[in-house]
Amino acid sequence: MEHHTCFHCGLDATNSEIIFDEKSFCCNGCKTVYEIFSENDLTCYYDLQQAPGSTPKEIEGKYNFLDNEKIVEKLLEFNDGKTQIITLYIPHIHCSSCIWVLENLSKIHPSVSFSMVNFGKKNVRITYNSETLSLKNLVILLNSIGYEPFISLDDYSPSKKIIDRSLIYKLGFAGFAFGNVMFLSFPEYFEVNEFWLEQYKPLFRWLMFSYSIPVVFYSAQEYFISAYKGLRSKILNIDVPIALGILVLFIRSSLEIIYDIGPGFFDSLTGLIFFLLLGRLFQQKTYSFLSFERDYKSYFPIGITKILPNGKEESVQVYDIEKGDRLLIRNEELIPVDCILIKGKAHIDYSFVTGEAKAVTKKSGDKLFAGGKQLHGIIEVDVLKSVEQSYLTQLWSNDVFKTDKEESFTSITNSISKYFTIAILSIAIISTSFWLFTESSKALNVFTAILIIACPCALALSAPFTFGNILRILGTKKFYLKNASVIEQLAKIDTIIFDKTGTITSNKNSNINYEGTNLSDEEALILKSTLRGSNHPLSRALYELLNDHNIVSLDNYQEYIGQGIAGQYKETQIKIGSAPFVGYTNENTSLNTIVHVSTNNTYRGKFTFYNAYRKGLSHLFNKLKKEFDLVILSGDNEGEKENLTKLLPGKTKLLFNQKPEDKLEYIKYHQSEGAHVLMIGDGLNDAGALAQSNVGIAISENVNVFSPACDAILDASKFNQLDRYIKLSKTAIIIIKWSFALSFMYNIIGLYFAITGQLSPVFAAILMPLSSISVVVFTTLSTNMAGRKLK
Amino acid sequence: MSVIYIMLTVSIIVAIIFFVAFIFAVKNGQFDDSYTPSVRMLFEDELVKEKSNKSILTKKD
Repeated sequence: MEHHTCFHCGLDATNSEIIFDEKSFCCNGCKTVYEIFSENDLTCYYDLQQAPGSTPKEIEGKYNFLDNEKIVEKLLEFNDGKTQIITLYIPHIHCSSCIWVLENLSKIHPSVSFSMVNFGKKNVRITYNSETLSLKNLVILLNSIGYEPFISLDDYSPSKKIIDRSLIYKLGFAGFAFGNVMFLSFPEYFEVNEFWLEQYKPLFRWLMFSYSIPVVFYSAQEYFISAYKGLRSKILNIDVPIALGILVLFIRSSLEIIYDIGPGFFDSLTGLIFFLLLGRLFQQKTYSFLSFERDYKSYFPIGITKILPNGKEESVQVYDIEKGDRLLIRNEELIPVDCILIKGKAHIDYSFVTGEAKAVTKKSGDKLFAGGKQLHGIIEVDVLKSVEQSYLTQLWSNDVFKTDKEESFTSITNSISKYFTIAILSIAIISTSFWLFTESSKALNVFTAILIIACPCALALSAPFTFGNILRILGTKKFYLKNASVIEQLAKIDTIIFDKTGTITSNKNSNINYEGTNLSDEEALILKSTLRGSNHPLSRALYELLNDHNIVSLDNYQEYIGQGIAGQYKETQIKIGSAPFVGYTNENTSLNTIVHVSTNNTYRGKFTFYNAYRKGLSHLFNKLKKEFDLVILSGDNEGEKENLTKLLPGKTKLLFNQKPEDKLEYIKYHQSEGAHVLMIGDGLNDAGALAQSNVGIAISENVNVFSPACDAILDASKFNQLDRYIKLSKTAIIIIKWSFALSFMYNIIGLYFAITGQLSPVFAAILMPLSSISVVVFTTLSTNMAGRKLK
Repeated sequence: MSVIYIMLTVSIIVAIIFFVAFIFAVKNGQFDDSYTPSVRMLFEDELVKEKSNKSILTKKD
C-alpha cells in the first residue's frame, strides 16, 4: 500500500482510510480541523508550512471551570462586560502557520475582533465580544482547531508580572547621549584653533555636560547602587572600580569645563556607560517561552468539579476546596488535594510526584495524594486536606525555595576585581605621591587619570559577552540556561546526581521481555485483540509493543479490576493479568512489573517490564566518571538495581526509595562536605533537590510543557551530550581568563600614559572603545569556535 | 555666525524628537517581541479575501 501522511498533522495515515478533498488524514479530529479551515477559506495554513497542525484532544467537561465567573474574571486582562481581552498560553505554537491562523481567528468566529500572537512567549492575545462568545467557548474553539491553551493555577495569581524595560530605557539614553557628545567633542579632537570654534567652545562643553548628567545619574545608577552594596558588605566587586571610574570621570570633566582647563572626558564617560549597558543587555538573554520558576502551581488546574450534596455538579476554584468536599476527577485530570477514593476505578500516574514509573491502581477507600493524574475514566473522591496542606505542596515550604542561589555566589569577575581594585588604588597613590614631590601641579591630574583609564570597562565586558554568547550557543543546542551565572557554576561541578525515572530512563517507551512457552500466531492475535479493549496503562504499553496483527472481534471480553482481563475467541480462552488471576502459583517475588498470560487455563509465560534507558547513557557515564562522582538517587524501588549495575561504571553510587526530602538532605550533606553538586531530575519530586543543588538541570521531553523550578532545562534528546556542555562551560571560563589578560594589556598601556601625565581626552576616547570592542570581538570569536565542536 | 544657535537648537530638537519616539516605542511594547513581527509582515500576500457569502464565515459557532 502506498504510504500516506496526514495532511494536517503529518502523522502516518496509511491505514486510516480517511480521505477528504483528495487528502488523507490520520484521524477524524484532523479531518475536522481541515474542514473548519477549508470552510473559512483558511487553507493557506497548509501552504506556509507542511503539516503544521496537531490533533484536537477530547476535552469534554475539562473547561467547565470557565463557567465560574470568579475564575474567568481573574484570568481576563480587560473586561467591560462586553469586550473581553485575554492572553492565553498555547504550547503548540511552533511555526509561521500557527501565527497566521491564530491571527486570522476572526475569520472563523466573528465574535473575535482581534488576535495577536507573541511567538517567543507562545501566547496569543485575543479580544472578543463576550456577549456572543464566552471564554469557555473560545477555549473550545481554539481546541477544535488543534490549539489547546494551557491554563494552570499559576495564571490565577493576583498580580500580573510587570515587564521590566528599564535597561532598554537606560541603554537608549546612554546611546543617545553618547552619539551627541561625540559630535560635540569632534572639533576639540583636532585642536584646530579656528576662531569661531574657539568662540563656541564653552557652549559645546556645557551641552556635553548637560547630556552626561542623566547618563551618570540615571543610566549608570545601578553601578553606584551595586558598588555601595558591595562596600557595605565589605566586598570589592567589579562595580566598585567602575563606579569610582565613572565618578572621577564626571567630577574631573565638570571641573575642567568649570575652570576652563580642557574639554573633559564626557565622550569617554558616555561611551563607557553605553558599552557597559550593552554588555548587560547581551547577557540578559532570556527564553521567554520557558519558565524556570515553576512550582506546583504551574501543574495544578484552576478549577475542579465539586459534587454538591444534592448531586449537582459545580465548578469551584482549587483554593476554595475544603475538607470533606466531594470532587469529581475526570480522565487525564490532576488530583489537586490529598483525598480518599470513593467511587470509580483509579489508575493514578504519580510520576511527577514520586518518580514512580508505572501507574498504580487504587480501590475505593484508598488514599490518593495530590499531584497524581487520573489516567482512565471518572472517579469521585472525598477531600482530606486543602491545597496548601497537601503532602506534595508542603515541600515548597522548605527554606531552599526562598534562597537566591545567585546572591550567595562570587562570580569570576568579582573574585578578580578585588585584586584589581587594590592594585589600581595602590598604583594611583604611589604615582601621585611621586608626582607630589617632583611636580606637584600634575599630581591631581595623574591621580584622576589613573582612575579614569583603569576603569575596568573591558574587564567588566569579558564575562557578559562570553557568557551571553555561550548561553545563545547552548540554546540552539536545546540546553536552556536560566542565566549566565549557571555557566560559571557548571564549570565548578565535581559531583553529578541523577534521578532515575524520567531522567536516565525515557518516559516514552519501556522494554518488555517475554519468558515462557511461545504463543502460536492465533494466540498472539487473540492476545493483542484482548489487550486492545483495555485501557490499563500496562495493557496499552504491551499493545503498542506487539507486532502488527489484524484485530479480530472477540466473542467474549471481560475486565476484572485490579486483577486482569480475559478474552475468548472461538475455542481459545485467554487470561492476562496478575499471577493469581491467571492461576500461576509459584511466583518469586519480584520488584519489576510483570504481566502473566494463560490460555485455556494453561500458564504460558510472563511479560516483564524494564525501564528503557536513554540512548548513550552508558557511554555518557563512562565519559563522566573520569572527572565526576556519579550518584543515582531514585524514588523508585530497587527493581532496576541489577540492570543499572551492569549498565553503569562500577563506582556509580545507587540509592533507591528516596523521598523528595531525602534527596534534598543528601545534597545538602554533600555540599557541607565541600562538593559542588549538579542535580539532574525531571519531576516535582526532584524540585527540592534541584533547588538545593549548585546547578539543577531539569530534563524535559517537551521543553514547553512541564519542568520544575531549576537553573537549566535540557531537552531529553540531547541528554547524551551533557559532558560536552559541561566541557563548554569550562572552556568559557578559560576564554574569560584570556580576555582578562587582553584587557589588562590595554590597562597597562593606558596606565603608562596616565602615570607619566600625558593622558589626553582624544587618547582616552580612542583607547576605551578600542579595548571594549577588541574584547567583545575576541570573546565572540573564541566562544563561537568552542561552540562549533558541539554537535 | 550666531546662526549656530539656531542650528544647534534644531539639531537638539530633532534628536529629542527621535529619542521621545524611541521611549514611546519601548513603552508600547514594540521591543518586547522581536520575532513575531518579522514573520507577520510576510503574510500580506496570504490575506484572506473577504467573501461575499457571509453565511459561510459564521457557520461555526
